[in-house]
Amino acid sequence: MSIPITLATARRILTQLRHDRRTVGMMVLVPTLVMALLYYVIGDQRSFNAWTPVLLCVFPFLVMFLVTSVATLRERTSGTLERLMASPLGKLDLLLGYGLAFGLMAAVQVALVLAVSLTWLGFELGGPVWPLVVVALGNALLGIALGLLCSAFARTEFQAVQFMPVVMIPQLLLGGILVPRDRMATVLEWISNVLPMSYAIEAMKLAVAGAGGDFWRDMAVVAGSAVLALVLGAATLRRRTP
Amino acid sequence: MERGRREVLHGVSFEVPRGMILGLLGPSGCGKTTLMRSVVGVQVVAGGTVTVLGEPAGGPGLRAKVGYSTQSPAVYDDLTVAENLAYFASVLGAPRGDVGRVLGEVGLGGAAGQVARTLSGGQRSRAGLAVALLGSPELLVLDEPTVGLDPVLRNELWELFHRLTAERGMTLMVSSHVMDEASRCDRLLLMREGEILADDSPGALRRRTGTDDLEKAFLRLVAERERAADGAERPGPGNGAGERP
Repeated sequence: MSIPITLATARRILTQLRHDRRTVGMMVLVPTLVMALLYYVIGDQRSFNAWTPVLLCVFPFLVMFLVTSVATLRERTSGTLERLMASPLGKLDLLLGYGLAFGLMAAVQVALVLAVSLTWLGFELGGPVWPLVVVALGNALLGIALGLLCSAFARTEFQAVQFMPVVMIPQLLLGGILVPRDRMATVLEWISNVLPMSYAIEAMKLAVAGAGGDFWRDMAVVAGSAVLALVLGAATLRRRTP
Repeated sequence: MERGRREVLHGVSFEVPRGMILGLLGPSGCGKTTLMRSVVGVQVVAGGTVTVLGEPAGGPGLRAKVGYSTQSPAVYDDLTVAENLAYFASVLGAPRGDVGRVLGEVGLGGAAGQVARTLSGGQRSRAGLAVALLGSPELLVLDEPTVGLDPVLRNELWELFHRLTAERGMTLMVSSHVMDEASRCDRLLLMREGEILADDSPGALRRRTGTDDLEKAFLRLVAERERAADGAERPGPGNGAGERP
């Protein structure tokens, strides 16, 4: 692993984004616009207060998963990955470069949506804001890591995009947003117990209440899952291919 | 050696001394790219050994010493030529000034600020070549570097290749399916269907096949090989197997 190469990779990815203003605009603005839409659809401050943390939790994951899986798939199919694998770049340099660059984008995204929610939309939190920021960024990292991993199993951008509902919807259904996890059938609860998003959602609920209880344990599970996905992702990057 | 699920190279064996231009020639699909990928160390090699500059191919110590340009140029479409080169220069640990130098060497200085997506085919392949020239590689592996270029540019690049060997002592491995480029190499590997038909200098090949035209020489070698193969299958009087010189 080399820090200069990791930083050069992150800078390169951000430069690529700079040439694609529309993508950047959508990454940064869409979550905020959806939040505003939700506010007017619900029209009731108390329900809005309950739903805002859910969106704050889901959006960074969703957007980062999509962007990362498509970006790394492009790297695999365009031949640049083969060129990089023949160079002194380490696999972790590449993965951390992606993590850094998209993590930065996620931070901008979360900052904007939180700022707008807390001011214009009148979102009220019982406690401090930072636990929600921690959950949102942890989720963004999880999305980046899973996106990197899933791109290894996609051959085309169509397939990569289809992985989003595959990875996302079961985790949301089983994560305890719609039905509390302890009220699900036992088998479903077991499955729910091994899905990282369940812990992210639990952490989000605790964050609203002031980050007590198992907040840090849940965040550790989310971070650990992200690291595991990154390591598995590194294993799918091969210097030699058939 | 296999690429995909197909055995591509069979019983290929050769050595290249430093400081020369080795030309890999043969029809497309004959195994040139697989052979080059093996030398660079990005190909899964099913059997045999590949040693490059005294180390096993693809070893960590070689990655900055072997310059490589792929057949379809490995550049980021959404970066400018200069941004592409700056990134690869940092990955390869090449000095900053290298970007300007290689842009001049491949004649792309005028397109430095252009986004790679908007380049012409010839410009793209020169951008890929420029990446291979970054740093100070000892071996350059160039897969069809002159494809899609006009004769003037092709000539300029071949002059550059000769300067690289003469002035900087580099070793070049250049593939092409254009026979008129063969005469500009110091040594030729003529390949067909995953086998090496001939491994010789252009002059020696011309003498051996009794023709000045390397294209004809190639065809004669193919015919000769097929006669030998027929002989091996149906041995008859005056047509013994293994009679090839």
